[in-house]
Amino acid sequence: MSDGRLSVFKTYKLYVGGKFPRSESGRVYEVTDSKGKWLANAPQSSRKDARDAVVASRKAFGGWSGATAYNRGQILYRVAEMLEGRREQFAREVADAEGLSKSKAAAVVDAAVDRWVWYAGWTDKIGQVVGGANPVAGPFFNLSTPEPTGVVAVLAPQDSSFLGLVSVIAPVIATGNTAIVIASARAPLPALSLGEVLATSDLPGGVVNILSGKTAELAAPLASHQDVNAIDLTGADAGLAKELEIAAADNLKRTLRPQAVDTGDWSADPGTRRLTAFLETKTVWHPTGALGASGSSY
Amino acid sequence: MASAFDYAPAPESRSVVDIAPSYGLFIDGEFTEAADGKVFKTVSPSTEEVLSEVARAGTEDVDRAVKAARKAFGTWSALPGSERAKYLFRIARIIQERSRELAVLETLDNGKPIRETRDADLPLVAAHFFYYAGWADKLDHAGYGANPRPLGVAGQVIPWNFPLLMLAWKIAPALATGNTVVLKPAETTPLSALFFADICRQAGLPKGVVNILTGYGDAGEALVSHPDVNKVAFTGSTAVGKAIARQIAGTDKKATLELGGKGANIVFDDAPVDQAVEGIVTGIFFNQGQVCCAGSRLLVQESVHDEVLHALKRRLSTLRLGDPLDKNTDIGAINSAEQLARISALVETGEAEGAERWSAPCELPSAGYWFAPTLFTGVTQAHTVARDEIFGPVLSVLTFRTPDEAVAKANNTQYGLSAGIWTEKGSRILAVANKLRAGVVWANTFNKFDPTSPFGGYKESGFGREGGRHGLEAYLDV
Repeated sequence: MSDGRLSVFKTYKLYVGGKFPRSESGRVYEVTDSKGKWLANAPQSSRKDARDAVVASRKAFGGWSGATAYNRGQILYRVAEMLEGRREQFAREVADAEGLSKSKAAAVVDAAVDRWVWYAGWTDKIGQVVGGANPVAGPFFNLSTPEPTGVVAVLAPQDSSFLGLVSVIAPVIATGNTAIVIASARAPLPALSLGEVLATSDLPGGVVNILSGKTAELAAPLASHQDVNAIDLTGADAGLAKELEIAAADNLKRTLRPQAVDTGDWSADPGTRRLTAFLETKTVWHPTGALGASGSSY
Repeated sequence: MASAFDYAPAPESRSVVDIAPSYGLFIDGEFTEAADGKVFKTVSPSTEEVLSEVARAGTEDVDRAVKAARKAFGTWSALPGSERAKYLFRIARIIQERSRELAVLETLDNGKPIRETRDADLPLVAAHFFYYAGWADKLDHAGYGANPRPLGVAGQVIPWNFPLLMLAWKIAPALATGNTVVLKPAETTPLSALFFADICRQAGLPKGVVNILTGYGDAGEALVSHPDVNKVAFTGSTAVGKAIARQIAGTDKKATLELGGKGANIVFDDAPVDQAVEGIVTGIFFNQGQVCCAGSRLLVQESVHDEVLHALKRRLSTLRLGDPLDKNTDIGAINSAEQLARISALVETGEAEGAERWSAPCELPSAGYWFAPTLFTGVTQAHTVARDEIFGPVLSVLTFRTPDEAVAKANNTQYGLSAGIWTEKGSRILAVANKLRAGVVWANTFNKFDPTSPFGGYKESGFGREGGRHGLEAYLDV
């Protein structure tokens, strides 16, 4: 609002299936900065929005998991490029959301850009690190490879509205999963803006879907949804996490419980833990046969 | 069909195994009675003969066993890996030495053919201990960071289909990584685990490192929910697996679950029929089909359906069902009256729903629990026999026209443990294997296992992997 010019506000919207819908419920809630100043009206998503996001995620899974790891790496790197160009916008949003100084918020955004670069590089390496040939005691070729678990519901951390958010989304999609992300309830705006970056990064629609609203209200239908394969409970408190884990057991979702490290320093080296949490190991056997007079042997 | 060959009986001698009239629980290195003095009988499913009477663990016994394991954990986990390795190597060697005895014992208590316990179960049991013995002093190099730590006390609950092999899958990696264990074998097959306790004694394993609690589901539940258990490993039904997942919600307990399956065995029109038929038979009739990764759904390409079915029925007519101790026996007894009733009920449902039943013409012994090799044709995806795990010698036959259809049908299940592909075309194998949502895919083979090869399911077949380097993760704090 400098120079006396009246600024143009942005209507923050969800990001689902590559589009930017409002909540089907028509509800919004007031988002304020750390001092209580009004920032925006964010969509308060409904259970129906959550279910729509599952449909979009499932639809995107075949293409995204079937893309080459190199291609996924290129796209994740493209996300970093797009974000780099919008650092100032995100620094402003993160400063508002988390009550950080300009320079601290800028550092958080830089770390988030770097995190995309880190995971972009992992897409075509994790398979060699966690998979491999198994020396079985018989005439068989035997190979284990990691594959994405499927549709993953992600409860983004409540405190770290952007670096924490990126740190939980990127590892899920790097390996070919698709994600439904519930943004920090108190500070959803950086997440909703991230949708705009993802939409312009060659990421196919539906690979990442971002919802804002009440965490428990959105997480419950996702935890019990039969077409969701895994759930990351990072953004849940202990009581909610237990409740969701019980619901998730109904179709044996892979569950990543909230960890002590999640509430700490998101700038630390993330390791491979979040990559491997949403991978399945597939092992394929084939006879090696024998060459010679007897021909092939099965 | 009249038998083409007559065989003279060739029974393995049961005198190699000496079964005591009663056994206690193995807690803290001692055999002990259950706190409330309860016992139960274990019978041989092929004759219904009572083999022995064993103690039935209750909540108090679970607590005692967990305390013993906790007490042993400090010293055991502090041992140099190379020392733990030597204990495991000793165990592996003793298993090899006593393998004939254990094979006969397992056949008596489980009902499976001696050919299988002798040639599959026991060699794999020994190999599993050898494999994980070698890891004990190499954990720094396993890819889980430097000096990865054990979890503590592992509560392990195993099924009756491969009693000693499932014990090996659970105990070998747990001990190699420095955990201590409390293991509950299934109530119908408690004996081989109790013999394993004796092997631990012979190996000089420190007391409390391995504790064996024979008993029923209530003991398993008490073990899994015990607050001082850090790790839960379960192999069994999907329903119980889900109950365990709910039970441990909100705790720090790490879990691996190996659950049910409804594996698709896909036969393409270019597959060599005779080899495919052998693979189909291995896939569903190995261990009377009481195998979680059984190829219980045959998906056969429409153009070769009649040819494959004809060859399959002819082959099934030559299978020999009977005395499991006979070395010529292919099909042994069903493990329990309860399991037999479950199989019979599902087969009745299959008939009632309109699938066409065919059973191999073989005579069933008058005593014991038996079910003839059976297949259903005219099965659709909506039929119960195409959806529910039967866990018996029953094959459901479906057809497909294109590879896409085969993949869609194979994946149309809440399970995702195993699948098979039969075709001569390499690129088709790789393309189909890539699209199958299953943890183990056997191409031009079936039901092969190896300690170096990770095993476990997608979807509702459970989570975590057993075997290989992957199997270490389940027992490490990583």
